[in-house]
Amino acid sequence: MAHVGTAGEAVDRTEKARGPEQGVDPITLAILAGRMEQIADEMDATLFRSAFNPIIAEAHDASHGIYHAETGETMVQGKNGLPIFVGVMAFAVKAVIDKAAESGGPKDGDVWIFNDAHIGGTHLSDMRLVRPYFREGKLFCWLASVGHWHDVGGAVPGNYNPAATEVFQEAVVLPPVKLMAEGELRTDILDIILRNTRLPQSAEGDVNGQLGALDLGIKRLDALLDEYGGDTVNEALAALAIRAETLLRREVEALPDGRWEAIDYLDNDGITDVPLPIKVALEVKGDRLSLDFTGCAPQVAGPINIALPTSIACVYVAIKHIFPSLPANAGVMKPIDIKVPEHSLLSAEFPAPTGGYTETILRMIDVIFSAASQAAPDRVVANAYGTINALSIAGKKSNGQRWVMFSFYGGGHGGTPEGNGLNHGSAPISMATIPPVEILEAAYPVAFRQWALREGSAGVGKHRGGLGAVYEIEVLEENGAEAFFFGERGKFPPKGVAGGGGAAVNRFDYEQDDGWHQPPMTSKMRGIVLKQGQKVRLQSPGGGGYGPASERPAAEVARDVALGYLSADQADAAYGNAWRGNAE
Amino acid sequence: MSLGSIIGVDVGGTFTDVFSLDLGTGETAVAKVPTTRPDQSGGFLDGIRAAQPDMGRIRSLVHGTTAGTNALLERKGARTGVITTAGFRDVLEMRRRDRPRTWGLRGDFTPVVPRDLRLEVSERVLADGTVDQPVDLDAVRDAAKALQAQGCEAVVVLFVNAYANPVNEQAAVEALRAVWHNPHVAASSEILPEIREFERFSTTALNGYLQPEVAGYLARLETALKGGGFGGEFMIVQSNGGVMSVDTACKRPVRTALSGPSAGVIAAGYIAETAGYANLITGDMGGTSFDVSMIVGGETVVSPQTSIDFGMVVRTPMIEIATIGAGGGSIASVDAGGLLTIGPESAGSNPGPVAYGRGNTRPTVTDANIVLGRIDATRPLGKGLGALDLEAAKVAIEEHVAKPLGLGVMEAAEAIVRVANSRMAGAIRLVSIERGHDPAKFAYMPFGGGGALHAGAMIDEVGIGRALIPRFPGVTSAMGCVIADMRQDFVQTVNATLDALDLPGLADHMQTHFDEGQMVLESAGSEFASREERFELDMAYIGQTHTVSVPITVKVENGRVQAPTREAVREAFEASYRGLYGRLLKSGIRVLNLRSSVIGKRPKFDLARLAPAKDATVEAAERGSRPVFVRGQWEEARIVARLELPVGARVDGPAVLEQPDATIFVEPWLSATVDSYGNIIIEQKGEQA
Repeated sequence: MAHVGTAGEAVDRTEKARGPEQGVDPITLAILAGRMEQIADEMDATLFRSAFNPIIAEAHDASHGIYHAETGETMVQGKNGLPIFVGVMAFAVKAVIDKAAESGGPKDGDVWIFNDAHIGGTHLSDMRLVRPYFREGKLFCWLASVGHWHDVGGAVPGNYNPAATEVFQEAVVLPPVKLMAEGELRTDILDIILRNTRLPQSAEGDVNGQLGALDLGIKRLDALLDEYGGDTVNEALAALAIRAETLLRREVEALPDGRWEAIDYLDNDGITDVPLPIKVALEVKGDRLSLDFTGCAPQVAGPINIALPTSIACVYVAIKHIFPSLPANAGVMKPIDIKVPEHSLLSAEFPAPTGGYTETILRMIDVIFSAASQAAPDRVVANAYGTINALSIAGKKSNGQRWVMFSFYGGGHGGTPEGNGLNHGSAPISMATIPPVEILEAAYPVAFRQWALREGSAGVGKHRGGLGAVYEIEVLEENGAEAFFFGERGKFPPKGVAGGGGAAVNRFDYEQDDGWHQPPMTSKMRGIVLKQGQKVRLQSPGGGGYGPASERPAAEVARDVALGYLSADQADAAYGNAWRGNAE
Repeated sequence: MSLGSIIGVDVGGTFTDVFSLDLGTGETAVAKVPTTRPDQSGGFLDGIRAAQPDMGRIRSLVHGTTAGTNALLERKGARTGVITTAGFRDVLEMRRRDRPRTWGLRGDFTPVVPRDLRLEVSERVLADGTVDQPVDLDAVRDAAKALQAQGCEAVVVLFVNAYANPVNEQAAVEALRAVWHNPHVAASSEILPEIREFERFSTTALNGYLQPEVAGYLARLETALKGGGFGGEFMIVQSNGGVMSVDTACKRPVRTALSGPSAGVIAAGYIAETAGYANLITGDMGGTSFDVSMIVGGETVVSPQTSIDFGMVVRTPMIEIATIGAGGGSIASVDAGGLLTIGPESAGSNPGPVAYGRGNTRPTVTDANIVLGRIDATRPLGKGLGALDLEAAKVAIEEHVAKPLGLGVMEAAEAIVRVANSRMAGAIRLVSIERGHDPAKFAYMPFGGGGALHAGAMIDEVGIGRALIPRFPGVTSAMGCVIADMRQDFVQTVNATLDALDLPGLADHMQTHFDEGQMVLESAGSEFASREERFELDMAYIGQTHTVSVPITVKVENGRVQAPTREAVREAFEASYRGLYGRLLKSGIRVLNLRSSVIGKRPKFDLARLAPAKDATVEAAERGSRPVFVRGQWEEARIVARLELPVGARVDGPAVLEQPDATIFVEPWLSATVDSYGNIIIEQKGEQA
């Protein structure tokens, strides 16, 4: 059993840590809290502005922060970074701390670079740069920058290989190595990196952008420490960690003591068609929270494994969705015990592939919501659509030019204690938007025949879920095309909470000469050969419902029917026929 | 014959501000009257009468309005119908697959046109402009009948790829206009012929949604003005900071979405440039928010689109304004972790701060300023407020901030102001960094009623060299109305590689934009000091999604646009790209959009007319002193009537400069001087001559 967390000792540490806090007055503390978050925000802004790669520049798939000198724990992180990076970065910094210790510790001006997901979390597309910050010759803290690169080599462009059974088929694996040594760029390292990507210009732009963000962080920290002094800032950082911890303790204390379980399943790993359980037991005891994932599936061959750091970070994402005002600070994790079985889907070991980590963490968030809703039904929303739905259609034009249309698709959000779920929202782990149809059609030889809400896809309830979507895409290229699809929720629908119903399952269909087909693995398939004029159709799940359907007012059901969100027959079956008295 | 006067009217949430300039005598007048709701025309007319009772003397009237913004925010536009491509009825509701907030997964979205009023017809154009399926006009007419039967007042045609070839949209909108019962009919290719269907559909639908409302409001104003003897020109401020005729505003009401705030930025830019500062950051502190804009090298920073609210995207050039939730009414509280925070919760202007005595009991930033002595509790700014309740403000700060933090009430009040200052400074730094500028090289201009209280603090917090406080900070937007130029913006998606770019075709688009712009200027009945046209191309290397705005120098001879050469376009792109990224790439180049602007420069009034009277003296401006709490202690601050200070006067801090529409606080380590235009310049004491 891999145990993470600090059962028992946390309270003591809290008391001990109160020492330095005495030194910082509450005014300075409030100001420093804002100033340090600002530094991370400015690092985010610097990279977003300078990156060439749209995944960083437009989708903001990046993050920056300030980390503890000895432990690597997150002290401050930017507000606008990708949600899943909040929490996972501490592992990246710790990996570098350990690596640096092997060679006599870090020196001023060193910068490490790596993408190894098994020690840094998430997947190989995420390149991490980590730099020590020295003050008066002494290590004060670490700065780090992570960004999703466009391509890092491997079997498929963009690194989402549904058939991978080892990381080596996903991308080039870079362990923590020094990109800069005492301020000098190591061009040999850079040469290796740039030779192992299909898009070297994009990669070089990202490296420069991330180095620039770290430079800015150093400059801003210098100014802050000149103004307030190292001791005051150190004390403030310690005090902020305690306050973050206290905030979560107060939130947990307000919940009833008890133990609640939830289980859900992934369809399969894309290699063998066997459902994979993800189970959590959530326990509240006083001001402490524990999450035990015992009962989850063992490590699998296909690329939906995740490494332990990713699991921990995912717990943070789920908790912050439940308590949105929590700061991005390691203190938040102190009152939480996390238990993850060893050699499992949630703690996979090198070289297990992790490219599809998004599907697994989305399911973890779902089970955490399902369990937490039983403890606090007034605070927790129902499951969102629960799959990133990566769909790629690629081919060659008559002039020989290669084209790859790769995109993630949306679905419905869960019903909430306050109202209906959002139709066609972004995945809980990301804020990335979808490209417009017109941009896709202008760039690739396809025509969307449908880009619509999917009727009847929402989970029913007092507050219904949001609707998923229908995307139907026709190949216009006379040479035809090849498609691959990597999704989830094809067999197990997103669940409702507090008595709400489940949503529709994900469905993918593709057209061949003899008619329409579905993938043998339901939600995953590669090598689908399409001729000109043939289509694929993706119908994404809605969100689960919140509260019993019997409590939905008849007038709202009638309105849903009038808008075509569900059919009259579906409404009768889910809500009874009382709405017909209100029909428009 | 008298030259008459020119009047700017800015209708805000709480007050309607009027600035009037007599073109003959050069005299100026300002008036502030309460905004009337829901119909703003009452307050508008009251304000004009207060500034210029004889409407026959008004030669030019320019209006910054929030009528459109409010109709959008409060969802009070017209019942609008959509006719769209089969398979795409839900584009408006699906947005770009986003969510309102990063954390929490809460919040629903209701589009302004509900699903049952979005009807599909058979038609399809492909991305290259090919007509895949001609439009079924019988279906269009049937849809029109169905929408009319549902009570729709406006209708819009939203076809996919209409930017590439508008032929189906044009046929549909022609058929619609023949059967629709009012003029509120538009196609997306008429409003915004630019690639990206959600942004184009949203802008077009919101325009239709606003048309009946805004047209009705402006018609009421025009009727009332004419009844009062007004015979001059009447213009409306657009979000891009230029003005347009009432006729244009009725057809394109969506261009008024940020009308009010943009006029303020225009005025700030003009005032600063006149005073010798081409680089400026403006900060507008209102009741609930703090809005930051930048002027770089004399040009306002313009963004291509904005969201009025979640999912309500308007894509039309707008003065870029970044907003954080830290205004005078923002509430100070201590969270469960013991950290002092300001906002985003706000008491707004109603009930407002605790000291207003209207029922709010939680302390705000304004309450802290009152307790610290920076705002005079006995003489509040807003009309209709009695003396402020200083004791109630103290009690609230004691209860909600001082006790939980273990501080004295004065220290707590100062903490609230310092944390608020720190947040505002953060917003200024972030906006600068996002645009790639160093804020230390900029001057800072606060406007709005509350901003000047915090101006000195921005010098400390951001490292800005100086703050510049205009003569009338509380009516900056109204003054901007008088200054703004007439401006029309156009866009056309081209989407071609530079090598394959059809240059005569591009010149044709430029000619169309130029002609339409000139026609609008001709029909405005206004006199312009000069005219100007600007052409820009959105360009990128092939494969990049972020485009760069590339200004193209284009000759116009005898009204004919001369096509630029391919080489000139390439050189212009490379110059812009190198300027932004410092280097060039070897890839091919793509041209996405043409953007054109036609500007009629209006005669500027001489800001020196606002300068203090020649016989003003510092002695006459003195109003005694009162204690002000700064950095942990009480200090006796000079009180000065700001408008009575002579040119060149210098007032060292600690001091409070008071005027009817604003209060300026000068910290003990700062010094204020009056420049030759009557602006106040605040700098570090040591840095002045």
